[in-house]
Amino acid sequence: MMYRTIALTSLLLASPALADDVPLKPGPGVETVEANCAACHTTNYIRMNAPFLSPDTWKAEVTKMRVAFGSPIDDDVAKEIVAYLVAQYGAKP
Amino acid sequence: MHRRAVLAGLGAVAASAPVAQAAQKPGWMSPLLPEGTRDAATLVRLPGKQPLIELTNRPPNYETPIDAFSNVITPNDRFFIRYHLGEIPDMDALKNWSLTIGGDAAERPLKLTMADLKKDFAQTEITAVCQCSGNQRGLFEPHVPGVEWGYGAMGNAVWRGVRLKDVLAKAGVKPGALEIWMGGADGPVMPATPPFRKSLPVQLAQRDDVLLAFSMNGQPLPHLNGFPLRVIVPGWTGTYWIKHLTSLEISTKPLPNFWIQKAYRVPAGMFPVDLPFTSQNDNATWPITEMVVNSVVATPLDGAKVTRSGFTVRGVAWDRGHGIKTVEVSFDGGTSWKPAVLDKDLGKYAFRGFSLASGALPPGPCKVMARAVSNAGETQATTLLRNPAGYHRNLPQTLTVSVA
Repeated sequence: MMYRTIALTSLLLASPALADDVPLKPGPGVETVEANCAACHTTNYIRMNAPFLSPDTWKAEVTKMRVAFGSPIDDDVAKEIVAYLVAQYGAKP
Repeated sequence: MHRRAVLAGLGAVAASAPVAQAAQKPGWMSPLLPEGTRDAATLVRLPGKQPLIELTNRPPNYETPIDAFSNVITPNDRFFIRYHLGEIPDMDALKNWSLTIGGDAAERPLKLTMADLKKDFAQTEITAVCQCSGNQRGLFEPHVPGVEWGYGAMGNAVWRGVRLKDVLAKAGVKPGALEIWMGGADGPVMPATPPFRKSLPVQLAQRDDVLLAFSMNGQPLPHLNGFPLRVIVPGWTGTYWIKHLTSLEISTKPLPNFWIQKAYRVPAGMFPVDLPFTSQNDNATWPITEMVVNSVVATPLDGAKVTRSGFTVRGVAWDRGHGIKTVEVSFDGGTSWKPAVLDKDLGKYAFRGFSLASGALPPGPCKVMARAVSNAGETQATTLLRNPAGYHRNLPQTLTVSVA
């Protein structure tokens, strides 16, 4: 239980992106991505997985975060996140 | 505030650097890695560590620079770090550590302190490779999503501890036991995220060389390599080597957890195994278990300049526990091969060092390759065995040096 308590405390403290995260590329939806994705992990996961994922694969990654990892984001937010990832960090055409 | 303490430690180098100053880059990264990975990776010195290649800092994923593998034993301060989830107790929190052993197939559930472990059980040592299942994922073509590791999500150490089977015997294993469920002190940021838990087949847990280790290369485990106790499963990929181990459950049922039932799966039958994990197999996929035969050249580095008098290739080879029979090196891009000189054998689960001198060379590019064969006759792949999660890449490494 000790660790669970720590987890909740730090969740409340977490600012969207920590100071040591390199900023993501500007673009529509970037604040939504930073506010949601960075609650659990550095946004370097996004920079690292680029630019090679197809729109379907980016969508599958966001779905995994919601379904498998329990990220509490709704459909509209998920759509905005996927659109940003595809536009800024997706496979080059 | 434990997490904050860890983050402060992890971010020490990056946070103290002025924003305008470029982060330090690794000396060498494979050109096969995704562009974004090469752009995002930095060289960072964590507390107690030499500089490692930072792929992510939260959760922490750091790989060992390839030149480290010119040593057969990977020093603790160069050993890679891999976490799935962001809540990692700091050293103060881990001082209250204990290990509970229970489950529906345990005769006598019990709780052990570190003093109990060291006092009540025979101690033993093994030299074994700990390799992340996804090592070399970043070199997959086409790329697959995940932590985009190069060659360095692995290391070889001398692990000292007690036998898992002895600890289980103290709790008493009932007939009908199927799996040993394992859990550690690290956990998810959000309560809804599945904790990182894994299990082992009960037959494997009876092997003499499956350990609960408190020491690595003669020192206590480093914090981020699993202090104070981690599971050592020689021959199996690092996903089973649970860090900060706090619970063992002797169970009659397969562990129901995302990390074994949905993640860490390979296509059924694609890779050889001696001990199938049948309680977690399904028709289409199996859990990833035993490693594949592989080798890495640590020196020279790809792109190095060498003289016409030649150079010595040095690296390591390993497999899933049959041991290495031969390593061959090519200095002409795979047209001809010569047997390398093997270092002393440190055991069938350890890195086997190898080296070979090129002799005098004509000026121009020289394409160096290495390939290992195990005592089971298994060889490195000649074409990539594609699988969705990017596991078990073992194509022979190819590097080009420039002779002048």
